Amino acid sequence: MSSTQNPWQEDRGNKDRSITRPGGSEIIDPETGHEAHPAPGTPFLLAENMTGGYGAADILHGCTLKVEKGQIAVIVGPNGAGKSTAMKAVFGMLKLRQGRVVLDGKDITHLSPQDRVAHGMGFVPQVNNVFPSMSVEENLEMGAFLRRDDFRETMEQVYDLFPVLKEKRRQPAGELSGGQRQQVAVGRALMTRPKLLMLDEPTAGVSPIVMDELFDRIIEVARTGISILMVEQNARQALEIADMGYVLVQGANRYTGTGQELLADPEVRRTFLGG
Amino acid sequence: MDLLNAIVVLLNFVVIPAASYGAQLALGALGVTLIYGILRFSNFAHGDTMAFGTAIVILVTWAMQAAGIGLGPLPTALLALPFGIAATAALVLATDRVVYRFYRRQKAAPVILVIVSMGVMFVMNGVTRFMIGVDEIRFEDGARFLINATEFRKMTGLKEGLAFKTSQALTIVTAVIVVAALFWFLNRTRTGKSMRAYSDNEDLALLSGINPERVVAVTWIIAAGLAVIAGTLYGLDKAFKPFNYFQLLLPVFASAIVGGLGNPLGAIAGGFLIAFSEVGLTYAWKKVATYVLPESLAPDGLLQILSTDYKFAVSFALLVVVLLFKPTGLFKGKAV
Repeated sequence: MSSTQNPWQEDRGNKDRSITRPGGSEIIDPETGHEAHPAPGTPFLLAENMTGGYGAADILHGCTLKVEKGQIAVIVGPNGAGKSTAMKAVFGMLKLRQGRVVLDGKDITHLSPQDRVAHGMGFVPQVNNVFPSMSVEENLEMGAFLRRDDFRETMEQVYDLFPVLKEKRRQPAGELSGGQRQQVAVGRALMTRPKLLMLDEPTAGVSPIVMDELFDRIIEVARTGISILMVEQNARQALEIADMGYVLVQGANRYTGTGQELLADPEVRRTFLGG
Repeated sequence: MDLLNAIVVLLNFVVIPAASYGAQLALGALGVTLIYGILRFSNFAHGDTMAFGTAIVILVTWAMQAAGIGLGPLPTALLALPFGIAATAALVLATDRVVYRFYRRQKAAPVILVIVSMGVMFVMNGVTRFMIGVDEIRFEDGARFLINATEFRKMTGLKEGLAFKTSQALTIVTAVIVVAALFWFLNRTRTGKSMRAYSDNEDLALLSGINPERVVAVTWIIAAGLAVIAGTLYGLDKAFKPFNYFQLLLPVFASAIVGGLGNPLGAIAGGFLIAFSEVGLTYAWKKVATYVLPESLAPDGLLQILSTDYKFAVSFALLVVVLLFKPTGLFKGKAV
């Protein structure tokens, strides 16, 4: 990765300033600050009527996403549909002018991304999602930085899920292949024992075989009771494993249904899946 | 016998001085490289941080000497070192709070921070001179030599003497201990690892719950400690003069960049590389050559490649060569 980059340029972080934007959404109520509120009777994750964008123009227009416990939800759609933006909005990385985000019965609309991690969200960015000079094991340790208890058990679980990581645990993550690096990234996010794991195009740039393997692992993660929200370019394969699929067009929900329903829908097939 | 004499001369005039100078540069470069790796800018005030810390160490040394506190054969400055480090850490933390934090919040470009650090450099420069004056100060006490040249000659019967100053031995030993401690800290402790994580990928570190302000504060404290130790050792070995510390900035930066900015291992290698090049290129090799070569080949000239006045040119030249051919440094640091 680094060999193709210009050595004269800086390379650090994933160039997404919104991740570190302190204070979460712009519509912060000073009274509530960083507290989450109970919001009973909602799905495990409810991101309702999200409207907003990075600057003056809105990218999302009343987008709604729901994920039930232990289920896999996939966001698909054409380029520029706001798929990643929708996920970043769920994670508190951009301004929401309207709407709310509820996780596990708590309204977290006003929390910063870091606070959302503490509340049980795990986020795997699309690129630059590992600490390249640190070993695989250290990457996982850093994932567990917020935890003060013994996290060795979680680390063993991650190693069980991705056996190749155990083999390479002393190797710097930057020296691994693309697929292995994605496994490190997912493993790092799992170290906080999240209730909701968000993956931004986890299969971008990996071979079809590795992609299938990653999807299998993601199903395994979901079986342990962790909800998964995923943005995917490989729409067909992703919908096959999805309990719930969202087709976004221009920042709004176009089609919603179970993965199989969407795959069977002739309209969706024709417009988004290429026949 | 001649060969032994040659080795002794080489040790005496090249290896020992360059090794201790290299250790001093390495400690300085480690501070620069840490700041670069974590705070993302080249800290031009590092030389004057060294000067400030050393000035405090000297003042405390004087106070201790007046009070009759000493370390016997070791220099009193060692006892004063913790005070110097504490004062300097307080100074850089205050500077960070008042100056750098503002630019960090603005996410200012590194080049802006470099200029800011130059401003800080001038301020620190002034503070140091105001505190202790501009003159050369020698503050070494205790036993001056570990091995004395005359005794060495008497002991071995060789024609050449070997002098090993206490300060030189101390420099090398201290550098080894400090470097080992630093690497242990960075590779084994939770805080050290979080610093490396922050240096690797700032955003992901934030997502992992690492507190950037804490990382920055710890970095400043370590950099201050390294600067004061390097400065004090340099002052013990040579002499303290604020202007010399300002000048030291060049070889220190050259070491850090040659080794690869942001890479601690590179800083150490770079320090020794620069030191040995400087000493090796400015040393008059005539004596060594006379011992080693047969008489018919004995050189007429001094065999000195550069006058000692040009020693900084050596750092510059090395710096330029490395930047031209390997901009990330020998040990693959971050690009400058």
